[in-house]
Amino acid sequence: MNDDNIIVCRCEDITMKEIRDAIKEGFTTLEEIKRVLRAGMGPCQGKTCGPIIAREIVKMTGKSMEEVMTQKLRPPFGGITFKEVINDE
Amino acid sequence: MMNKAYVVIIGGGVTGCSIAYNLAKKGIKDIIVLERKYLSYGATGRCGAGIRQQWGTHQNCILSTESIKIFENMNEILQTKRDIELKQKGYLLLAYSEKELKQFKKNIEIQHEHNIPSTLVTPEEAKEIVPMLNTENIIGGAFCPTDGHANPFLVNQAYADAAKRLGVKFIKAEALGIKKKESKIIGVETNKGFIETTRVVNAAGSWSKEIGSMVGIDLPVYSEVHEILATEPVKPILNPMVMSFSHNFYCQQTPHGSFIMGMSPIEKVKDVSWQFLERMTKKISTLLPPTKNLRIVRQWSGYYNISPDKQPIVCESEEIEGFYMAIGFSGHGFMLSPAVGILMSNIILKEKLQWDVTLDIGRFKRKEIIEEPSVV
Ligand SMILES: Cc1cc2nc3c(=O)[nH]c(=O)nc-3n(C[C@H](O)[C@H](O)[C@H](O)COP(=O)(O)OP(=O)(O)OC[C@H]3O[C@@H](n4cnc5c(N)ncnc54)[C@H](O)[C@@H]3O)c2cc1C
Repeated sequence: MNDDNIIVCRCEDITMKEIRDAIKEGFTTLEEIKRVLRAGMGPCQGKTCGPIIAREIVKMTGKSMEEVMTQKLRPPFGGITFKEVINDE
Repeated sequence: MMNKAYVVIIGGGVTGCSIAYNLAKKGIKDIIVLERKYLSYGATGRCGAGIRQQWGTHQNCILSTESIKIFENMNEILQTKRDIELKQKGYLLLAYSEKELKQFKKNIEIQHEHNIPSTLVTPEEAKEIVPMLNTENIIGGAFCPTDGHANPFLVNQAYADAAKRLGVKFIKAEALGIKKKESKIIGVETNKGFIETTRVVNAAGSWSKEIGSMVGIDLPVYSEVHEILATEPVKPILNPMVMSFSHNFYCQQTPHGSFIMGMSPIEKVKDVSWQFLERMTKKISTLLPPTKNLRIVRQWSGYYNISPDKQPIVCESEEIEGFYMAIGFSGHGFMLSPAVGILMSNIILKEKLQWDVTLDIGRFKRKEIIEEPSVV
């Protein structure tokens, strides 16, 4: 099955093909892919796409999972609104 | 690994990559860029992405306008693979006091000498530019329509890609020491081996002081943590970057739709803090009320590398031959990187500087410094 068109990062609407092209271009950690494609920068912070992209990098480059999984989760993880922070309304 | 180079550039941020590209463009071969993590790991990948020309010193005006000219044509100049997301919808600077307004007037006079199209605005005019603006306590402002935004990751990558096409080697390695003989550079020790070279460029951003100590000099810069946040993307509702020096904040909506905003620390912090979230969201939701409903998706921090006059230090060392530095950007090194790359290529190739600026480290001893008054 050709899975090139599946959406890997739902927050930023990024397909498997875009991910594979970036890996071929030489971006081989989650942090690097995030920086060029925004994958993992959306509200879910890569919780959905992170593991999928990591597995793809491992498959295509032969790197180990530890080398690839460098992405930092950045607070606040839940997607809190401004008014919730300042306790307004 | 290559063990000999014409020049070794330490740091794969936007400064190091712009320098590498500009040297390679002039035909220099055997250029090595050392980056211990990955491109944009440092301040470049953590910054506010703002580019402005509304400065209070001649030098910053020159460096920023010349850089904007390059940003405007960067996709073609660097043959970028991904559009750099340039947005020129202006910077609106807010004045909360007569003193601040007076400073803006003074700055604008300097800016006009460099053909920067900035103007003073009344609170009413500010509200026309940003209809959602709450003008309470604001007594005026300054606006420059050609200021704006570019994507720092993609600009950094574009410089690196263009440099690679011209033969620059990027090596993932950490500089551990710099070897000199008498007062001349002879090589760089890395965790992947020794590289013989007579020239080293310190483009290590917040780590530049450590690189200085590798050759035994105490550079007059320090690093300070600054916090920043980004929201979910929403439809375009804010055109310019909105900024205040006295209240210490900036806020803009990127072409992607997310809002990016930051504030200077009031007390020293090590990394991200809840206090910042509170101060930041309070400030912006009062000033731009529709932002109340925005969802924060990320909060992070990065270092400003600060120099005594809040202007960069771009020069060769006075003590060590072959030791160059492009450091101390004081929170605005992204927007200056196109011009700084050209200047460093002039310095290394012993050419006349392309623009009339004094960025050498000797200015502090000579007491020739004019401090930049307008920084966040
Ligand atoms: C929160 C924040 C907001 C900002 N907002 C703006 C803005 O809106 N507009 C603007 O113009 N500027 C802004 N800045 C400033 C701007 O980000 C920096 O001035 C600029 O990115 C500096 O780039 P650089 O390449 O000099 O340094 P960096 O991007 O920090 O790069 C230095 C690199 O050197 C590497 N390195 C360090 N030591 C070694 C070693 N020993 N061996 C190998 N590699 C090494 C690091 O890993 C790093 O990648 C902001 C900064 C911060 C922190």
